[in-house]
Amino acid sequence: MSRPNPTLETTFCGIRCLNPFWLASAPPTNCGEQIMRAFDAGWGGAVWKTIGEPITNVSSRYSSIDWEGRRMMGFNNIELISDRPIEVNLQEIAEVKRRYPKHVVIASLMVESKRETWHDIVQRAEDTGADGLELNFGCPHGMSERGMGSAVGQVPEYCEQITGWVKEKARTPVIVKLTPNISDIRIPARAAKRGGADALSAINTINSITGIDLDTFQPSPNVDGKSSHGGYCGPAVKPIALNMVQQVQSDPASALPLSGIGGIGSWRDAAEFILLGCGTVQVCTAAMHYGYRIVEDMQDGLLGWMAEKGFSTLDDFRGLSLPNVVEWKQLNLNYQIVARIHEDLCIGCQLCYTACWDGAHQCIHLDRNLPVPDTTRTPSMVEANSARHISTTPIPKLDAGDLGRTNAVTPLERIPRVDEHHCVGCNLCSLVCPVENCISMERIDKDLPFESWEERTAKGVIPPGAREVMSTNT
Amino acid sequence: MSERVSFHQQIAIDSELANRFGDLHPPFDKQAAVTEANRCLYCFDAPCTVACPTHIDVPSFIKKITTGNLAGSARTILDANILGGSCARACPVDVLCEGACVMHRYNKQPIEIARLQRFAVDALHESGASLPFEPGADTGLSVALVGAGPASLACAAELRRRGIRATLYDARPLPGGLNTYGVAEYKLPLVESLREIEMLAQLGVDFNFETIVDFLKLAELEHNHDAIFLGIGLGAIHQLGIAGEQLPGVTNALDLIAAYKSGSLTTVPARVVVVGAGNTAIDAAIAAVRLGATDVHIVYRRGQEQMSAFTFEYEHAKSEGVKFLWHVQPTAIRGVQGVEGLELIRLVSSEDGSIVEESSSKFLLAADLVVLSIGQAAHASFLTEYGEGLSKIQLERGRILIDRTTGQTSSPKFFAGGDCTNGGREVVDAVADGKRAGIGIAAWLEARHV
Ligand SMILES: Cc1cc2nc3c(=O)[nH]c(=O)nc-3n(C[C@H](O)[C@H](O)[C@H](O)COP(=O)(O)O)c2cc1C
Ligand code: SF4
Ligand code: SF4
Ligand code: SF4
Repeated sequence: MSRPNPTLETTFCGIRCLNPFWLASAPPTNCGEQIMRAFDAGWGGAVWKTIGEPITNVSSRYSSIDWEGRRMMGFNNIELISDRPIEVNLQEIAEVKRRYPKHVVIASLMVESKRETWHDIVQRAEDTGADGLELNFGCPHGMSERGMGSAVGQVPEYCEQITGWVKEKARTPVIVKLTPNISDIRIPARAAKRGGADALSAINTINSITGIDLDTFQPSPNVDGKSSHGGYCGPAVKPIALNMVQQVQSDPASALPLSGIGGIGSWRDAAEFILLGCGTVQVCTAAMHYGYRIVEDMQDGLLGWMAEKGFSTLDDFRGLSLPNVVEWKQLNLNYQIVARIHEDLCIGCQLCYTACWDGAHQCIHLDRNLPVPDTTRTPSMVEANSARHISTTPIPKLDAGDLGRTNAVTPLERIPRVDEHHCVGCNLCSLVCPVENCISMERIDKDLPFESWEERTAKGVIPPGAREVMSTNT
Repeated sequence: MSERVSFHQQIAIDSELANRFGDLHPPFDKQAAVTEANRCLYCFDAPCTVACPTHIDVPSFIKKITTGNLAGSARTILDANILGGSCARACPVDVLCEGACVMHRYNKQPIEIARLQRFAVDALHESGASLPFEPGADTGLSVALVGAGPASLACAAELRRRGIRATLYDARPLPGGLNTYGVAEYKLPLVESLREIEMLAQLGVDFNFETIVDFLKLAELEHNHDAIFLGIGLGAIHQLGIAGEQLPGVTNALDLIAAYKSGSLTTVPARVVVVGAGNTAIDAAIAAVRLGATDVHIVYRRGQEQMSAFTFEYEHAKSEGVKFLWHVQPTAIRGVQGVEGLELIRLVSSEDGSIVEESSSKFLLAADLVVLSIGQAAHASFLTEYGEGLSKIQLERGRILIDRTTGQTSSPKFFAGGDCTNGGREVVDAVADGKRAGIGIAAWLEARHV
């Protein structure tokens, strides 16, 4: 088989791109000097930090969530759009385009909700030679109080109207950036499409309060003792962003070329967004965290994966996962799996045991060394019993012939056992197990034909043979 | 009433000594501690807890470090092990909690339980908070504890928490027994041992120092108290029984360690030979290196496989430059005014498996100091010498026989624990014994007196 020689070159709503990795409109795209350095590092495009009437920012303005030693799992900001004069931004865009004609520069815009004001800014932005426009209808803080940003994005009529005004004037593609701070992302997406948008980008940041200082009782980021709700982004928001991308892409009334945004930090994340139909991806937090250099692995990793899978262009796999997301009522009720613990890998932490008892369906037991299985012992009974028999403990080296030092195999009584008849296949144990592949979820359904809730209710009966979830300990 | 001077303020810290005996395992800083604590899986019915002789709830105290609840973490530790700070430094964790950690089976480093434990207890000390326990309501009962080592201290803490008075008697000027005088300084500095014991004084434990408990004294204690706890440790270090043993320049490992820790010994001569290959012998040999000896040998009559020192102690000694001579037996100590050398003969196994001297294999190992570390006598003499009252206490091979769950001896009013009952083990075993005895005494007194 000849190895495909994949390329990352792509076209997004008519704009030619060296690669799909764009920097999102944010601090990494604040000025021309930065963006040129980013292009040198390998980024295919940049959405300029939103341009509008210059504002004054507060300090501080960022805060974040750390998770088990990892920094910035979730990132939050109360920053506004660009605080630099419009003319300076526009001059610099022109300069960047002159020096980097093959790289994509998108002007992100946000102005007062007046037709003439939009016409004016569109004209001036396009005169710089920018490749396209992104309308920032998402900024959740500060700008919305002035009737801009998410104040527009949350009202479909405004969304449609302003997109319309922009389209009256624009010669380059118009991308509408959606806010996630709305109950159904499809509503503003449809409005943007009706207004004539060429493409969408999603998501902007999610309303958030990252935390409260337990000594001062002040929220963060702290501005002289007070804070304000900010926009959440970074790794923590990726699942939310993926869901919204899927919703937009599987709705014919909203589907447009889509630039995926939200928690993208690696080629893997990017591949997932593309599998759900995105044409390009935008990155903010990861670039703020690690700098522009992360794009090197993004390109390299994605190309490697494409070669391995036999894809030569992004279009070869774009949207391939969309058909696999369906409504709950279309899922196969006859698919059954149960947990299996691989004794040779188990290290005996018993997290699966206590998780299934307290958090799932009480079907993991510690009775391997009992002559008769005892499925009624609860974790607290096990603990109480163990507390009794450890009241005097031998010292492994001195008392029990080096007992404590041979840790190669887990003692039988520490290896839990799954009662397969009661296991509902919820996955919990395999999710908590710290050892990779130690608990596998295995298919046990007996070749029953596919049947969904939709079908079952359409028939009006619950057919025999369908496996019902049993209550445990019966 | 004059202000009490706390134990650790009674000693002068010698900075030279502190330098030479710097921490074997440096403490964690906060970020590293939290990262390490987050590696812990929080096992159910955790094997590390089972393997700890005092059964500290390891996953719980580690979890509390991850959330910044350091006071709660220290409380969890001290609740199970009142000398948790000292044990964190002195425990052979590779064969205890960390040896049992499930992470071994995942081809990973075990969780550094001891360093985390030290982190939590040190944080409590640094915060200036007192022991997070209150003495119980006074029951009017009182117990005398003989010896102020870890077993008695742990026992006293349990008694005080149950409202029973605890009065300790020790021959030395400071409390702690081996914790204070016997554990190598780079593991457990003297000052740390004392700082921890200070907290027990706050719990209302009474201390009597430089008090020899002899026959009369013991009879008096028996008369004045409701129960007696014997935490008397071991007796004198064995002698070799060879010529020259009384020469100046012959000492034993425990005296050497106690002397440098308390500052009365600051240097040793160039050539030192340690006889014996247990953990104490290793501590003494390393101490000799750090006190300035250039040529330190350990001589042992059997082979490396039979030595009682833990493997990691052996490796540590080698890395400090200690040299080992196996299968040799001292036959005489040579010297005129003082030690000049140790005469050794090689041993070989004979046909029938017994060990015999190899003829004409005698040689002289030059030495300026000979340190004996060939085991300690049990305190049996202490008990038999005094006839009557104590003869009721049963012994077995010189050790006091106790019921392991309560510490009670065959004479109901007498309880015991630690080295005098187990022949010499780790600090943490003594603490566990003392703790069980404290609970046992309280239960026995309650059953009898209420
Ligand atoms: C500090 C900061 C400032 C931002 N400013 C803008 C902005 O001016 N215009 C805009 O459209 N989005 C702005 N965003 C949102 C990002 O473009 C992006 O949509 C969001 O951060 C999600 O992507 P990520 O998870 O890769 O960070 C900003 C984000 C951050 C963190
Ligand atoms: S969680 Fe995994 S490793 Fe732990 S006891 Fe269960 S199967 Fe074994
Ligand atoms: S899959 Fe769910 S129900 Fe089955 S054993 Fe695991 S945790 Fe229990
Ligand atoms: S065995 Fe190891 S991983 Fe499990 S609770 Fe103990 S220290 Fe944590």
